[in-house]
Amino acid sequence: MTTSPASSGKLPLSTLPSASGRASLGGALRSEWTKIRSVRSTYWTLIALLVVSIGLDALISAASSSHLQSHPADKVGFDSTQVSLFAFAFLGQLILAVLGGMVITAEYSTGMIRTSLSVQPRRGTLYVAKAMVFAGVALVVSFFTSFVAFFLGQALLSSSGMNASLSGPGVLRAVVGTALVVTLVGMFAFGLGAIFRHTAATIATAIGMMFVVPIIINLLPDNWRIEVVRWLPSSALDRISATIPGANPHMFGPWGQFAVTAAWAVAALVAGIILFRKRDA
Amino acid sequence: MIEVRGLTKRYGDKVAVDGLSFGIEPGKVTGFLGPNGAGKTTTMRLILELDYPDAGSITVGGKRYRDLAYPMREVGALLDAKSVHGGRSAYNHLLCLAQTNNLPKRRVAEVLELVGMSAVARKRSKGFSLGMSQRLGIAATLLGDPKVVMFDEPVNGLDPEGILWIRNLMKTLAAEGRTVFVSSHLMSEMENTADHLIVVGRGKLIADCTMAEFIARSSGAAVKVRTPAPDALVLAIAAKGGQASADADGTLVVRGLATDQVGDIAFEQGIRVHELTMVRASLEEAFMELTGDSVEYRAGIPAASVPVGPGTSGSGV
Ligand SMILES: Nc1ncnc2c1ncn2[C@@H]1O[C@H](COP(=O)(O)OP(=O)(O)OP(=O)(O)O)[C@@H](O)[C@H]1O
Ligand SMILES: [Mg+2]
Repeated sequence: MTTSPASSGKLPLSTLPSASGRASLGGALRSEWTKIRSVRSTYWTLIALLVVSIGLDALISAASSSHLQSHPADKVGFDSTQVSLFAFAFLGQLILAVLGGMVITAEYSTGMIRTSLSVQPRRGTLYVAKAMVFAGVALVVSFFTSFVAFFLGQALLSSSGMNASLSGPGVLRAVVGTALVVTLVGMFAFGLGAIFRHTAATIATAIGMMFVVPIIINLLPDNWRIEVVRWLPSSALDRISATIPGANPHMFGPWGQFAVTAAWAVAALVAGIILFRKRDA
Repeated sequence: MIEVRGLTKRYGDKVAVDGLSFGIEPGKVTGFLGPNGAGKTTTMRLILELDYPDAGSITVGGKRYRDLAYPMREVGALLDAKSVHGGRSAYNHLLCLAQTNNLPKRRVAEVLELVGMSAVARKRSKGFSLGMSQRLGIAATLLGDPKVVMFDEPVNGLDPEGILWIRNLMKTLAAEGRTVFVSSHLMSEMENTADHLIVVGRGKLIADCTMAEFIARSSGAAVKVRTPAPDALVLAIAAKGGQASADADGTLVVRGLATDQVGDIAFEQGIRVHELTMVRASLEEAFMELTGDSVEYRAGIPAASVPVGPGTSGSGV
């Protein structure tokens, strides 16, 4: 390897422009954007999100379409919007949870956190920038996926005559709301990542909260279950992606359930920032 | 530039840093020495506020670390060359650091050039050798043209050329008026590089003095004499208040007298002298002697059977 020997005299570096102000959120945001776009895992995760969500939703829509054509009676209560968003809602949240958690746990597993904090010791700034950049990426990708899955699904459902249009009642809310809730689940995992600082623990907890807890709650006696279920972070997706009013009167409305999931995400993010600021790195 | 006052840090029951106070001045290389587990890395982590102290305070240029307007313009620190995301290229790693402190992009290419890493700028750092990682880490420390540079065992795992390069770099940085604070277990290397020493043991300060003062504190200084009449010389030296003892090969080692005094005594007594040399204590000897009591993690091998020499002082992996 060639070396520029620094044997004597000055280092061959140009003089820096003089600085005013201080290292703050702007620089931290640019830095976090560079970080997230410069590792392959981001691309793999987002490609997985697109392929799994859009691909599976297309398959489900196509299969539903042919089923409805052979069993027209099933058209009653068929929610074509929800069907076309099913894989995105169900699996997309999981994939974004992995990305959201990893954005922060990878700093710890690689040791990068020590470097990140020594260049920006104002930890709140680093945390907020990281969360904002992830939220931005998650939001853009979620909206894209949600709309593509919807339009593709409706095109495939059109042969059954059951295809929905965006102007239909609750349809736009379902498409937008699903994208928002999937993003919130990613943010929830981000907060968990800051709490656990460990990828496996973060993903396990996120999966536990989104997939396992609802199953356990379902085993509870009915009178308990119906009281508890609306308070779970996992209950929003089913509600917000539906355009036909649900059978469960004990749930909040779509935006009510959205608020519940948002509260979980905020709680995780706040717990995350408190611990992030206070603990030894 | 760096002021440490009454610094104490506990990890559970373990007191890693125990009431440490010292200051580090600009324009010279300050070596940070101590046996394994003495608290060197912990002290550096505390300076960077990666960990928070249980007691005491640290200021850099009069400010708490978190209050520095642009930390990279004040301090460039390399504690562990592996503190990078291996999936990111060298260029992007440096870019994301530079951006936090609003440093110009061109700076990234400059520091890569300086450390000789331009050719691998676009390679992911996962595949870098330890020496390359070390260079990348050093490039990062220089991004902000910092007033203080701080390295934790920077030559660990480097080849001789790399060691020489770092030594020259540190001297150059100090000559430019920067504060250079560096820990190492390689005593011969430190002896070549450091002007000032902070020595710690079990978290406590053992010495804060110049290199020369530290070495002079040890009892290692002696005069070596080779003579065909050792017995006569031993007596003559004893009469003048020195202590002489014969080596295994018959050479005398004289303590308590300077070279010229020994020469004069031999001349007065008409004793033939074939060799007369001053034995300066090495930093390693001084270090062993002065930190001997605070070594915490000692190998189970009897000390006598371990040859003491360059490279045997176990550097902390
Ligand atoms: N995060 C931690 N948790 C628990 N103990 C710790 C932690 N960090 C350091 N220690 C303990 O604190 C003491 C000081 O460790 P430190 O790494 O600062 O020593 P050091 O002087 O850098 O040693 P070395 O020369 O081996 O690098 C050691 O006993 C170590 O085991
Ligand atoms: Mg150490």
